[in-house]
Amino acid sequence: MRPDFWVVQTFNGLSYGALLFLLASGLSLIFGVMRIVNMAHGSYFMLGGYLGLTVALRTRSFAMSVVAATVAIALIGMAMERFFLRRLRGQDLGQVLMTIGFALIFQDLALLIWGGDPYNLPVPAALSGGLRVGGAVFPIYRIFIVGVAVAVGLGLWLLLDRTRAGAMIRAAVDDGEMAQGVGINVPRISLAVFGLGAALAALGGVIGAGFLGVYPGADFEVLPYAFVVVIVGGLGSLPGAMAGSLLVGLLDNFGKALFPELAYFTLFAPMALILAIRPTGLLGRA
Amino acid sequence: MIRRRALAAVIVVGALAALGPVLPAYPLTLITQALIFGILAMSLDVLLGYTGLPSLGQAAYFGVAAYAVALLATERQVGLLGCAAAGIALAAVTAAVFGVVAIRARGTYFLMITLALGMVVWGLAFRWVSLTKGDNGVSGVPRPELGALSLSAPLPFFYFALVTAAVSWTLLGLLVMSPFGLGLKGIRGSESRMEALGYNVWLHKYLAFVIAGIFAGVAGVLWAYYNGFVGPTDVQLVTSVEALLMTALGGPGTLIGPALGAGIIVFLKNFVSVYTKRWLLILGAVYIGVILFAPHGVVGAFRRPRR
Amino acid sequence: MIARVVRLIAMAVFALAGIAPGSAHAQSGPIKIGLLVPLTGAASALGKDMLAGTELYLDEINRQVAGRKIELIVEDTEGVTATALTKARKLVDQDRVAILTGGLLASTGYALHPFADAAKIPTTYPVMSSDDLTQRKPAKWVVRTGWNSSQSMQPFGEWVAKNLKYKKVATVGFDYAFGWETVGGFQRTFEEQGGQVIQKIWTPLNTTDFSPFIAQIKPDADAVFAVFFGRGSLQFVKQYAESGLKAKIPLIGNGTLTDESVLPQMGDEALGVHTALHYSAALDNPANKKYAKAFEAKAGKIPSYYAETCYTNMRWIVEAIKAINGKVEDREAFLAALKKVELKDFPRGPVVIDKWGNPVQNIYVRKVERVGGQLQNSVIFTYPAVSQFWKYNPDEFLKLPLYTRDYPPCKHC
Repeated sequence: MRPDFWVVQTFNGLSYGALLFLLASGLSLIFGVMRIVNMAHGSYFMLGGYLGLTVALRTRSFAMSVVAATVAIALIGMAMERFFLRRLRGQDLGQVLMTIGFALIFQDLALLIWGGDPYNLPVPAALSGGLRVGGAVFPIYRIFIVGVAVAVGLGLWLLLDRTRAGAMIRAAVDDGEMAQGVGINVPRISLAVFGLGAALAALGGVIGAGFLGVYPGADFEVLPYAFVVVIVGGLGSLPGAMAGSLLVGLLDNFGKALFPELAYFTLFAPMALILAIRPTGLLGRA
Repeated sequence: MIRRRALAAVIVVGALAALGPVLPAYPLTLITQALIFGILAMSLDVLLGYTGLPSLGQAAYFGVAAYAVALLATERQVGLLGCAAAGIALAAVTAAVFGVVAIRARGTYFLMITLALGMVVWGLAFRWVSLTKGDNGVSGVPRPELGALSLSAPLPFFYFALVTAAVSWTLLGLLVMSPFGLGLKGIRGSESRMEALGYNVWLHKYLAFVIAGIFAGVAGVLWAYYNGFVGPTDVQLVTSVEALLMTALGGPGTLIGPALGAGIIVFLKNFVSVYTKRWLLILGAVYIGVILFAPHGVVGAFRRPRR
Repeated sequence: MIARVVRLIAMAVFALAGIAPGSAHAQSGPIKIGLLVPLTGAASALGKDMLAGTELYLDEINRQVAGRKIELIVEDTEGVTATALTKARKLVDQDRVAILTGGLLASTGYALHPFADAAKIPTTYPVMSSDDLTQRKPAKWVVRTGWNSSQSMQPFGEWVAKNLKYKKVATVGFDYAFGWETVGGFQRTFEEQGGQVIQKIWTPLNTTDFSPFIAQIKPDADAVFAVFFGRGSLQFVKQYAESGLKAKIPLIGNGTLTDESVLPQMGDEALGVHTALHYSAALDNPANKKYAKAFEAKAGKIPSYYAETCYTNMRWIVEAIKAINGKVEDREAFLAALKKVELKDFPRGPVVIDKWGNPVQNIYVRKVERVGGQLQNSVIFTYPAVSQFWKYNPDEFLKLPLYTRDYPPCKHC
């Protein structure tokens, strides 16, 4: 092992975990408020990446691609909730199956529109290159991802903890019936949360496209990771999503580096175990 | 009512058996595929339709059995009986172990745990290369011999699959109509009520889980022989998702429904893809349509939903 | 209830009756060619290239040969071997194709071998490159018109040792047959010339984040040898450059690392990378110049090896059909003709099939350069008429084990 192996791996795990946080925080919120297993969440991630790519190539602006992707996918998410999922309120399985149907449709649409070639999102020069510390190089883009995740995390926390809207969301997560009972417009909250969750996934997709690229199959590849994070951290819990994504990012990295034959096992087996002991996740509520 | 069901069963199986020699090879192999996935879907129906436990991990037991057969047949030249026994036993053991972990949860959480457990098996299949050959898969699995009869040709293997499916259907049918099965349906309705009535709910659920795993294993054994090849894609999440979709499409809680759903999906996938590259899109739209307009599945739409 | 069941069955019977098999036409009907490609799924971009290369050739000859029309039947394998098998059955049993071709994944190659032999259907593999398909586990009815994984790497190992003078190389590649055989071929000749492979890193097939693996590379390596394809190549080259290692430890690799299917999406991070393959879009011979221009006009991009191999594959099949005067119904004769085709003017150069059903062809050592604003694999050296056994005696070669994860053993790890 190289001397800086541990440092570099920890950093890599952190940056990957940061990306997962963007993806999983939205999923966790959606779970929490609506108890929906959104199998199309990976599709939001992938579509966000593709849309961001197109916008980036047209406008040569990274910022624009981020904004465009998040807004567009948020709208798609909200449409999905408002016109399709809402009809199946209360039918957990039906909602899951419906999101699967959408995931298939999105997968094919992406293939139709963007073809099957893999692409890298062009990133601004300011974010390229690496930071030299000692003998190791830390890519600036990955530091950027960590920064974005931290900012998003802070923003979400402020939203949930310090605003009225956030209080309403938390009420809806804790007990939807009671929340409706005290006059909170739960359907509207659901719509907003779904949109927010989709936007976060898309944000993850655009930013992730800068170092993982965007390609067909990204949707179903990233979905299990998002699930693991949310389940380990606890459904509906933001601190849980943070803890979960850090844990998963590090586990995945070190697992691949140290135990290549058991790489996925080191990720999913702990998840299954945690669930067995605490079915609501480490920091979740029932 | 049981007599009507049995009569229907005999007619269906008889019709398929009669069709066998008449059909050309390719549609016959498609029906064989449909039968194999029918068994898988029925195994899921025990959990989903009858016990109310939605599993996204049936592919794990399917795959474990398939790999067992493939590896034993190619590396140790084990015959049909040995391979099948080993495959089903391994599937049962896996389900027994996973069941302890999974049964603690319900609803959404159960879905998630079974997904994770399915991914564990996939991860091993994919990365434990020295055992499973990783992404290369295990190929060259020979068709078994039943005494003097070789199952290499499509027609004999079709009959083999048909008999296995019919037997599975009968056994599962007897199971769900037994007191045990009625207990499962009660649990699907309300666990607390069943607890109050003195049922051992945990044991019921656990046994259902293991039985579902066993029959998923049966399907896996057939699949390994059918293709002569087993790879990590057989154990992936998409396979479990397809099983779920087949069950939902056909009608959960009816046993014949999921089998029919399997047939529909197999044919849809293979027919539609001949005419358009956009078959995945059409498949997705079909799922959404069915869920919106026929939430109890195809068979459920034929029957009045049982409350 | 019963009535409904009977109705359902009746519907099914009618539906099935609709899929009667295509009749085996007399000598004057169309010649049907079955093509298996991944048109959906993760490998769909490569499938598109394969199809484009195939169609380009067929269009050039107006889709007919020996007085009969050619009917190309394309089936989507979805990049899944079980699906490929199902579609192969359809093509052979239902569509009654005269020849089966295509396929992408190594596992598909191994799974189709017994199928082809059982069905006695002439089959060609333009892409699937697992060594053993034409070494220790050949199939009588399969002819490979593409290449095998270690074919280009055996000469390359020698070339790298002699010309680039690297002494210690760390390898990193996809953890499956293609990766193992590629590294194996390179390692064998590289070490015979005095080099040392000091580390072998294997990554899962679907890796996009290579940082855990790049971080393990031993700092005393003179070069890193990488074997990837598709988006793996795209991401690895980029992340390797970003890690800062590329400046210190140069990158070399197999042909699919910088294949034209991903090269246009790469940037400066690919410059200077040495690879070896039986083709390059930048090959300077008249056949390739003509072919590359035609392909770019049709597909809007430069031809990758996937496209060229399918173009050549189709020409190969047509030449065999010409040799038997279009009488493809005589399958034995068709198979024999396939094994006898020998042409010098394929875009990749001259090709002839060896006794085991594998091509003997030129191997080109290439270097990525920017020419006219575009990245290309410039050919800097040619090894003529390279067989799958390189300079070794075939019988002795075959007595040794297949290149796998642990063979050749990493003595200097």
